[in-house]
Amino acid sequence: MSDTLVAEVAGKLFANLVPSKLVNDAEAGEFPDALWKAVNDAGFPDALAAGAEAPGDLAGLADAAAILREAGRHAAPLPLAETMIARWLLAGAGLKSPEAPLTVAPVERDGSLLLHRAGKGWRLAGRAAGVPWAQQAAGIVVVAQGQVALVAAKSIDIRPGKSLAGEPRDDVSVDAEVETAPAAAGVDAALVYRLGALSRTLLMAGALDEVLKLTVQYANDRVQFGRPIGKFQAIQQQLAVLAENVAAAGVVAAAAVEVAGKQGDFPFAVAVAKARVGEAASKVAEIAHQVHGAIGFTHEHRLHHLTRRLWSWRDEFGVESEWQQELGRIAAARGGDGLWPLLSAW
Amino acid sequence: MTDVFRFDPLALPPECETLRGEVRQFIAEEKSAGRWRSESDFASSYSPEFSKRLGARGWIGMTWPKKYGGQDKTFLERYVVTEELLAAGAPVGAHWVADRQSGPLILRFGKDGQREEILPRITRGECYFCIGMSEPDSGSDLASIRTKAVPVEGGWELSGRKIWTSNAHKAHFMICLCRTSPVDVSDRHKGLSQLIVELISPGISIRPIKNLAGAEHFNEVLFENVFVPADRMIGEPGDGWKQVTSELGYERSGPERFLSSFRLLTEFVRRAGNTPDAREAEAIGRLVAHLATLRRMSLSVAGMLQKGEMVNLEAAVVKDLGTNLEKEIPEIVRLVAKRGRSPNKADLMEEALRYGVLNAPSFTIRGGTREILRGIVARGLGLR
Repeated sequence: MSDTLVAEVAGKLFANLVPSKLVNDAEAGEFPDALWKAVNDAGFPDALAAGAEAPGDLAGLADAAAILREAGRHAAPLPLAETMIARWLLAGAGLKSPEAPLTVAPVERDGSLLLHRAGKGWRLAGRAAGVPWAQQAAGIVVVAQGQVALVAAKSIDIRPGKSLAGEPRDDVSVDAEVETAPAAAGVDAALVYRLGALSRTLLMAGALDEVLKLTVQYANDRVQFGRPIGKFQAIQQQLAVLAENVAAAGVVAAAAVEVAGKQGDFPFAVAVAKARVGEAASKVAEIAHQVHGAIGFTHEHRLHHLTRRLWSWRDEFGVESEWQQELGRIAAARGGDGLWPLLSAW
Repeated sequence: MTDVFRFDPLALPPECETLRGEVRQFIAEEKSAGRWRSESDFASSYSPEFSKRLGARGWIGMTWPKKYGGQDKTFLERYVVTEELLAAGAPVGAHWVADRQSGPLILRFGKDGQREEILPRITRGECYFCIGMSEPDSGSDLASIRTKAVPVEGGWELSGRKIWTSNAHKAHFMICLCRTSPVDVSDRHKGLSQLIVELISPGISIRPIKNLAGAEHFNEVLFENVFVPADRMIGEPGDGWKQVTSELGYERSGPERFLSSFRLLTEFVRRAGNTPDAREAEAIGRLVAHLATLRRMSLSVAGMLQKGEMVNLEAAVVKDLGTNLEKEIPEIVRLVAKRGRSPNKADLMEEALRYGVLNAPSFTIRGGTREILRGIVARGLGLR
């Protein structure tokens, strides 16, 4: 399937199966089992693993990206990105994946999950904060010491928590023997972290599209002073800035996916995309709420399903400033005269 | 995917990267021969000698047909040459308008005789143009211009006043937007035409206008009963508005819309050194992320232009985001960089910073104001 076709299929599935009530119920703690089953039956969580042409390559990323953008657009409350990455890691290492949702850890750069040899096997010990959907997952996949480890749910101590979007983000602690296999060539914790950041970038890009649509619609519908507020230049100028940021986010998210497909400078591309899209998310959410006025601040209106996710996703797998600093160090290492060659090569 | 905008992904074909290498080699030779030092943006330089050397390489009017002196190259190849020259701060100002705007306009809408006479001279780097659109009472509201041309035997008699005309005092020709029939209140865009006006014609007076940075590149141009031969009309009388708006995609989406402060950023990175502190790294990284994104967007528009698609909306997006970033760069550098305080000491970063601060106001005005661009985007969103 082409990625536009994948996007169409995924878009329809989420549009049909993710009504506002389902998002609210999920935020209240009710895992959407039927949605998960439909998504799993459609093969979405396998997109990255199934698309790989060799163990650990990212040939499946274009399809996975198309699905994640749609998931973001519809605020689908599932550990979809996490399961995609986890199944891809397991498959790349020749390990079997369960049908149930999975997650990955750590989700911060300086995680403290350590893998030690223990007799013939390996033991994983340590803590990780803010792990997405740990409580709902059958296990956590961790990459360390050149190994892919699957930590079964029963071996994990969980302190449940929630993101700004009401999605599970749990603190976990582990000290257990784990199933492992050597990671595919080139697969390490840094790559997993980058894929996590890219997944948030794609989810945000999808949500941003939807926020633009909702906000333009609202500006056309809401009448004040005898005309739709979208007829006022003050509103038009704000909406233009919103739309431009949505456009920039879409372009740069797609560019990062494309770079991965062409074996380009993936670390640079992900850093650019996460930093830029995170910034767009802040700007767009701010303007969207201002244009929506009081109704957008209510729980009843669905704008917050998207904006609270934007506020949450922009912070996960590296806040903008973290990626900006990484980019700044990359640029500085090349020096002043290396800046243009860096920018023109990607 | 938004339905509103279209930014098709674009990969530069291999011949573009080969060409990039040639341009870099050329720039390196020019710089090592000490022929020029880096300028901050396309508006701040004017070197006929450089333009001629560039013309000799075939890098002016390079997308035009060979019979008019061009190279039949793609718009993407032109893009690569342009971005390399701008990033290096090359003195492109003399031929800039002719290459980007006037030449393509004449090629598309002009008469055969005009093409044969003018285009080869442009490609040789010998013939420069200026843009005659703005007037004292007509800025963003271009259709309100009052400069008029009335038919006389053998041509037109032009009267009126143009303002903010960059390089009018040095250019050979102006493409002058004028009224050739009175305002039709039902359609103000009717009755506008464009004439190629030779600036040495009797009846033209050009007065420099010093800008706040002390430079004198723009002018007020007065036309007093200036005779313009009939064969200088571009297309048919009344086609002016269509011509003006059709070029906006080219004018608004190019690398000159986000690279005007690039030299300053380069000097800032140099100043920060290989081990920047966290604040410097963050500031540099943020600007790199924005520039990298804008270049992708701009290249995407170039690719769509090459395919002959309408891109005025996308071009407005690129220009608004790009020119606002150009303005932000000096403001960030002044706060974050390790500064040199002496105005008397040679300091390339401080020099670029002074240029940036003083010229920033023009970035979001020239070529379509921020507010007009956002209005175009709002129209694209279906709000107007």
